[in-house]
Amino acid sequence: MVVIFIDLEITTYNSLIYLINTKFMSTMLDAKIPSGPINEKWTDFKSHVPLVNPANKRNIEVIVVGTGLAGASAAASLAELGYKVKAFCFQDSPRRAHSIAAQGGINAAKNYQNDGDSVFRLFYDTIKGGDYRAREGNVHRLAEVSGSIIDQCVAQGVPFAREYGGLLSNRSFGGTQVQRTFYAAGQTGQQLLLGAYSALQRQIGLGNVTMMTRHEMMDVVMIDGKARGIIARDLISGKLERHFGHAVLLCTGGYGNVFYLSTNAMGSNVSATWKAHRKGAFFANPCYTQIHPTCIPVSGDHQSKLTLMSESLRNDGRIWVPKKQNDTRLSIDIPEEERDYYLERRYPAFGNLVPRDIASRAAKERCDAGYGVGTSKMAVYLDFAEAILRYGKGEANKQGIHEATSEQLQEMGKGVIKEKYGNLFDMYKQITGEDPYQLPMRIYPAVHYTMGGLWVDYNLMTTVPGLYALGEANFSDHGANRLGASALMQGLADGYFVLPYTIGAYLASDIRTKAIPTDSPEFVQAEIEVQERINKMMSIKGTKSVDYFHKKLGKIMWDKCGMARNEKGLNEAILEIRGLIKEFWSDVRIPGDTDEFNPELEKAGRVADFLELGELMCVDALNRNESCGGHFREEYQTEDGEALRDDENFAYVAAWEYKAPSEFELHKEDLVFENVKIAQRSYK
Amino acid sequence: MNLSLKIWRQKNANSEGKFQQYDVQGISEDMSFLEMFDVLNERLINEGDTPVAFDHDCREGICGMCSMYINGQPHGPGKNVTTCQLHMRSFKDGDTITVEPWRAKAFPIVKDLAVNRSAFDRIISAGGYVSVNTGNAQDANSLPIAKDNADDAFMAAACIGCGACVAACVNSSAMLFTSAKISQLALLPQGQAERAMRAEKMVAQMDTEGFGACSVTGACEAECPKGISLENIARMNREYYGAVLSSK
Ligand SMILES: Cc1cc2nc3c(=O)[nH]c(=O)nc-3n(C[C@H](O)[C@H](O)[C@H](O)COP(=O)(O)OP(=O)(O)OC[C@H]3O[C@@H](n4cnc5c(N)ncnc54)[C@H](O)[C@@H]3O)c2cc1C
Ligand code: SF4
Ligand code: FES
Repeated sequence: MVVIFIDLEITTYNSLIYLINTKFMSTMLDAKIPSGPINEKWTDFKSHVPLVNPANKRNIEVIVVGTGLAGASAAASLAELGYKVKAFCFQDSPRRAHSIAAQGGINAAKNYQNDGDSVFRLFYDTIKGGDYRAREGNVHRLAEVSGSIIDQCVAQGVPFAREYGGLLSNRSFGGTQVQRTFYAAGQTGQQLLLGAYSALQRQIGLGNVTMMTRHEMMDVVMIDGKARGIIARDLISGKLERHFGHAVLLCTGGYGNVFYLSTNAMGSNVSATWKAHRKGAFFANPCYTQIHPTCIPVSGDHQSKLTLMSESLRNDGRIWVPKKQNDTRLSIDIPEEERDYYLERRYPAFGNLVPRDIASRAAKERCDAGYGVGTSKMAVYLDFAEAILRYGKGEANKQGIHEATSEQLQEMGKGVIKEKYGNLFDMYKQITGEDPYQLPMRIYPAVHYTMGGLWVDYNLMTTVPGLYALGEANFSDHGANRLGASALMQGLADGYFVLPYTIGAYLASDIRTKAIPTDSPEFVQAEIEVQERINKMMSIKGTKSVDYFHKKLGKIMWDKCGMARNEKGLNEAILEIRGLIKEFWSDVRIPGDTDEFNPELEKAGRVADFLELGELMCVDALNRNESCGGHFREEYQTEDGEALRDDENFAYVAAWEYKAPSEFELHKEDLVFENVKIAQRSYK
Repeated sequence: MNLSLKIWRQKNANSEGKFQQYDVQGISEDMSFLEMFDVLNERLINEGDTPVAFDHDCREGICGMCSMYINGQPHGPGKNVTTCQLHMRSFKDGDTITVEPWRAKAFPIVKDLAVNRSAFDRIISAGGYVSVNTGNAQDANSLPIAKDNADDAFMAAACIGCGACVAACVNSSAMLFTSAKISQLALLPQGQAERAMRAEKMVAQMDTEGFGACSVTGACEAECPKGISLENIARMNREYYGAVLSSK
């Protein structure tokens, strides 16, 4: 295994050089993929994984941090199995985790539409969609369990959309040619989370889960090299608490908010996983960020977050810009032949349903070239006029109206669109003040999802024994680009169907460990360190608000580590971020006290961690001298501007070990493709 | 535009609260109500003052975290919007806006505009679920459900648990919230086995938490940002009385 040591302790841009010290280490990153044919690995694993007997389960405590899809499903399932579970979230209720905001749908290889779907096809689409940077074993398992997720959710009473015959309805998402996406209007995440939440609340009611809301995890407690608990802060009283667990699961979501503006909820953060990283958990592929093509464009400096317009809209909406540069006419005044449906033009096979990374870059390309629309010129149109007419005709036929007027057709068509996407259209109108039933939406790409995360093996265990990562918090299944409707699938797969099995492999050998008292020295020391950090932050009493730093970091990241990156920009970004870290720790102003409800203090802790993560993202992006999926290095592109991978040198997972501030060591996990032929990705 | 804000300030659950006035300038009509609060808070921080605490997270109307009582209306003016979706174009230059937290015995104040709504979670724990362990499910399509029932269940399930219904009600009743969950599950075949028990237990928990009775004023429906309808309360009453009668 080749290990590259990168020393970035150099202060000026010109002298920024890598000390590349290649040596061979005996420790390989072992993903613990079971042997055997791909479609038998998981079944075989389940038949042989050690079990914990029911009597022992009652004495084993598991800490679950986060109650989104991954955390709520894991906590409920583990409690059903008989483990003693303690769950944490920073919101006032587990039902408010960021998963609630997911809109478009969840994939599953059910083949209910009889359109040729299968476990293998979902596996293949995900590997290809991820630009051949994901691990085959994990992805195949994900596809295998996908069907059970839908069964489980329906049994819980999740009201998915249905056809008149009473069976489940499906829609298409990007990067696929089958209809495998299950949905509940534009509120799929809400309905799935409420399903998992109800299972969790049931276990809370039964006394099997202790739920700690408005609690933030501040650090992982390590004892004898294993994760044995956490330090948490009660956000209302400000008190620090110590909690023991035989194992700790981090289900704390993604880190898109490192960009300040993103479609993530305001509180989404990297802190839990970053704290784990500092305690020894490797951080994998941090530079893989998903920029979603269809979001409401930025409207001004006051903007605090960006709003997604679900990918499902690309089922019916057509994306275009004027053929003429700087065209100032209203959208409806531009005749059909003067419109450039650039996705349909460039990618005839997939058209408007190309994967996200491709759609985003294509939008940026058009806007940079001067074809953008709206006042800022940083937007493209997403137009439903044709779909409204098509649906109108369909409805007229259904109702037997043969000579419908165009008003009637419009009316009926809008009715269908409303049923499919009503909440999204309302949201668009609320925010922009424009009516998308009349005018095309204006959209632009925005930060949405992070494929990178804590490195985990097949069991979802990080490099720290006893510490697991589930859902968006891990790096495992989406390679360099996630397909739409696959995050919900992965979060629930991890929590309902994967971890409850794989954790047995660790806990079965831990049944003799008695609960460790929280007055043991490791707990005491961990709490002292957390307290000291808080005190240090509060004592700065500088002149700038936390948001000032967050916005500055966001701008650096968006400009230099966003949709397109290059070596020069990344080197600059690293230095700028280091400067910002110094400034933060000498000039941040946090009002209020530590022993009270203090949202500014919470934000400060999160931004401090985002700053460090931002640097690592740039280091990772700089190391990866290729373009793949969401990681687009301008130096590496084909003649027609597509991402140019370098499979010979970069078909690996980059897993970074934290050494010291600004010092990270690279470990690699080689990606082996035995079931999918690695090829240049084409959607033409 | 320039605005005058009268905001409820209260240090914690045990202290007295009072209104305090703040003037804000240069507010753009494209800002959301919470972005206007961001502007105010940024200024308070820079002036060495304590920013106003309020709950929020998704800022797109789905998490149910935001909860401001604006000019006497939960989530302010406008139909079917949460506080975070309310935009400043709903106000005009020179307006005075009064902002308070949800007021209900069962929702104690945490600080300023943030309240504790964990009573809602306990109502769900009492019975707002189908008892099906992971792995117990049959194939999803082996249970066809009439589209109308599925759609109605979905409409009820759209509740975001924000608590505006309680804040709007003179009796601080949680009937709309509770009935939405009971309805969702009563409309679906999956919910049948536990139907009677669910209604009884959830209603009992609602009373234990200290929410008031329903006098059918309809204020909850009028203020609910997700359009949860009063029909759900009627359905819950049928479920509840049916359950009580059959268990006697
Ligand atoms: C607007 C939007 C729409 C989306 N639509 C789709 C879609 O249609 N289909 C799809 O597949 N995916 C979609 N996604 C992606 C998907 O929603 C997320 O990737 C997924 O829900 C993440 O789930 P999770 O359980 O990993 O984390 P989250 O749901 O983010 O939950 C994180 C949990 O961790 C807790 N937490 C975090 N930090 C701490 C801490 N330090 N201490 C204590 N608790 C902590 C939080 O309280 C929360 O409970 C969408 C994402 C966005 C932003
Ligand atoms: S019923 Fe409406 S007002 Fe009440 S909690 Fe649900 S969404 Fe909020
Ligand atoms: S902040 Fe989520 S609903 Fe308003």
